[in-house]
Amino acid sequence: MIDQDVKYLKFKTYLNTYCPYCHQSFNVEKKHDKQLIFKAIFKEKEVDLTLSPYLDVFESTTNLEMGVGELLDDFMCPACQKSLISKDIKCGECGSNVAEVIISAASKLIPFYICLKKGCEWHGLTKGDERKIKLKIPRQEMPEQDKTLRIHNHQEVPYGYTSELAALEAGRCLQCKNPKCVEGCPVNVDVTGFIKLMRENDFDGAAKKIKERNVLPAICGRVCPQESQCEAKCILGYKDKPVAIGRLERFVADFERKMELVKIPIIKSKKNKRIAIVGSGPGGLTAAADMALLGYSVTVFEALHELGGVLTYGIPEFRLPKSIVQFEINYLKEIGVRFELNHVIGNIITIEELLEHFDAVYVGVGAGLPTFMGIDGENLGNVFSSNEYLTRMNLMKAYRFPEYDTPMPRGNKVVVIGGGNVAMDSARTAIRTGSAEVTIVYRRSRQELPARQEEVHHAEEEGIRFRLLTNPIRYIGTDYNMVKGVECIKMELGLPDDSGRRRPVPIKDSEFIIECDLAVVAIGTGPNPIIFQSTPDLKRNKWGYIEANLKTMETSIPNVYAGGDIVTGSATVIEAMGAGRIAANTMHKKLSKEN
Amino acid sequence: MFQIIRKQEMARGTIIRFDIEAPKIAKKIKPGQFVILRVNETGERIPLTVADKDEFSGIITVIFQVVGKTTALMRSLKEGDIIKDVTGPLGKPAEVHNVGTVIMVGGGTGVAILYHIAKAFKEAGNQVVSIIGARDKDMLILKNEMENISDELVVTTDDGSYGYRGFVTDPLKKYLGERYDIKLVYAIGPIIMMKNVCNLTKQFNTKTFVSLNPVMIDGTGMCGGCRVKVDNKTQFCCVDGPDFDGHLVDFDELEKRNSLYLKDEKNSLLFSIR
Repeated sequence: MIDQDVKYLKFKTYLNTYCPYCHQSFNVEKKHDKQLIFKAIFKEKEVDLTLSPYLDVFESTTNLEMGVGELLDDFMCPACQKSLISKDIKCGECGSNVAEVIISAASKLIPFYICLKKGCEWHGLTKGDERKIKLKIPRQEMPEQDKTLRIHNHQEVPYGYTSELAALEAGRCLQCKNPKCVEGCPVNVDVTGFIKLMRENDFDGAAKKIKERNVLPAICGRVCPQESQCEAKCILGYKDKPVAIGRLERFVADFERKMELVKIPIIKSKKNKRIAIVGSGPGGLTAAADMALLGYSVTVFEALHELGGVLTYGIPEFRLPKSIVQFEINYLKEIGVRFELNHVIGNIITIEELLEHFDAVYVGVGAGLPTFMGIDGENLGNVFSSNEYLTRMNLMKAYRFPEYDTPMPRGNKVVVIGGGNVAMDSARTAIRTGSAEVTIVYRRSRQELPARQEEVHHAEEEGIRFRLLTNPIRYIGTDYNMVKGVECIKMELGLPDDSGRRRPVPIKDSEFIIECDLAVVAIGTGPNPIIFQSTPDLKRNKWGYIEANLKTMETSIPNVYAGGDIVTGSATVIEAMGAGRIAANTMHKKLSKEN
Repeated sequence: MFQIIRKQEMARGTIIRFDIEAPKIAKKIKPGQFVILRVNETGERIPLTVADKDEFSGIITVIFQVVGKTTALMRSLKEGDIIKDVTGPLGKPAEVHNVGTVIMVGGGTGVAILYHIAKAFKEAGNQVVSIIGARDKDMLILKNEMENISDELVVTTDDGSYGYRGFVTDPLKKYLGERYDIKLVYAIGPIIMMKNVCNLTKQFNTKTFVSLNPVMIDGTGMCGGCRVKVDNKTQFCCVDGPDFDGHLVDFDELEKRNSLYLKDEKNSLLFSIR
């Protein structure tokens, strides 16, 4: 038994426990708290023993003053007063006597043993039984801001796990020998490793474990599409919901930050080599951190007046607080990374000039050029690209206009075109500016929505309407050239296209008009031409992105590496980070060979 | 951090000239390119075309008209004050070749941008004819500077208080009608002026370039706020421009897009006064 003050957790499922002799249940409800009540004899005195009724019975409470290693003399059923001590079975760990009870789990009755020695965790379950029982703890939800409240502010929506919830969720992990979740992660975070540390209550150690592979855990825990990466591979997911790896990652990263446990590593082997990183987005930051930790002198160039790339201008405050981005960047500053703001590489300094001063250059400029559909009326007033809308709101803090000088685009009825995370972000930002009606228009069906499920769920909760299988065909303007409606056509799904998704086909004569006074186009982005204008040698692929070897991130120019959206097209934060890591590895390999 | 080295008020204090220390930008910037600046932490990003540069002492010159909150704030800055962010150079440089005779038409603050480009045309060996206009004598800027780099200079004012009375299009029409060696017209100024110049040069079939100034945020092609319709295709002014073939630009749309924020501008100003 582990003597631990486990508080009542409403998300925890408890097990029904029975006496093997009289079949009475030990479960008792006491002051909203479910408990297991036994009788026991300790130091020749009869006492009531209370244990927590959860599957991990060893996490139990008792009012006995018992030291670790001390033994109970007897253990009895309070109903029939029979001793529950097993005659045949002794504790598998310490050899002491054990009490036998019957638990019902996964519609089966299984014998369960409670070791009489305090501090012993043995319970006699086979691996298979343990697994079945573990499945019984449901995936823990994150407490979050109330939906009616949060649409009036820009603060972060989920509050994150409490340490109890995190411990409970960590307990669900099966600790597989060949963890599939690690394979699912683009930067191969040791998921089982950090969850193991969490189960040992070493949250700080868990954070350090993640940081071995991922320098921005607080960010990834919030914005990664875990359901298609690590959590998609979780074995638990086949029968139940997968372990909430992202939420756990977020919890330990926040724990480390809030408890001020972040340590600045001392970099021992300083190298006399210089690295230039173009773009301070997630990929650039990862590459910068990796190279700085290896001892290189790193300079990051950023075009805007604020660091973080898409983390700063794109992802809204309520999804990723900017103070967290700032904290992670400060960490990089403290390990010696230099940052140059307001540097549009290609214009103020060309790649060629960078190569004169630096030994290697990593280009992680992202795909920042907004795409428009090219339909009528797209240049009307109050038709925005999602980039413009979100840049105004996040980078320029227009939601605090007129305290900040950039005007806030506001509409009473807002239409957002697209079904990705950016579309969700735009729609949810709009509802926070006080818009009465926000509609998302997406041309495929619900299954194809590329946004994270959590974002779609949050958007729905906040009252955003979805017009699926609908495509805009033109914008209608007022006499003053302001948008007043979007004409749409209904679609149906046809045969699968190149991407494997079923191609949407317009239904004839199904046009209709959605009224709006603000429209946001969030249908993706393309490569920015600036860097190519000054570097014609840089080879581009057929979509106009930089052609790079995806195993090494090398480009057609020696010592120039590229990764992230500028190579693959719009993707995720963690994929950009993965590319930054690969590039850092190649750069390090190449540069150490030169010596 | 960028320091203001010199400040000069022109045109009854409505047009301000700043010399800003920005050595890296001064080294690279070419005529026609612009910078984006943000005065302080809560400021907005505004695009300003660079009127001149001094590569040796690392100084760029911007000239702007006080029209809104940010420019009003900038007027209150003194020599030695700091501007938080200056990003540049941005946009494509003007294509300057030796073509023969060019007419440079400028109106209002547009003359500031025109000066940098006209200077480059002159240095490339062109015959430069300049026509600059203003509302009245006091509002006229850079007259002496334009005179120094032009072979011929014509000044017009709306009220006739200096030079010819009328609009820049009047002398331009005369030139186009009388001289056949004019290969190129560059027009920079208010949208309505550029539109009228283009309508005129269309009749004479003279190639015309204009420099556009739409609403912009980042200036690096990211936001798409500065989109203009050129030849019926949407172009981003910040990366595809700011100079475009004037005969293909949809000026009406540009004019409407540029007036979208007038109300917000007023609110912003009122807020800062309060």
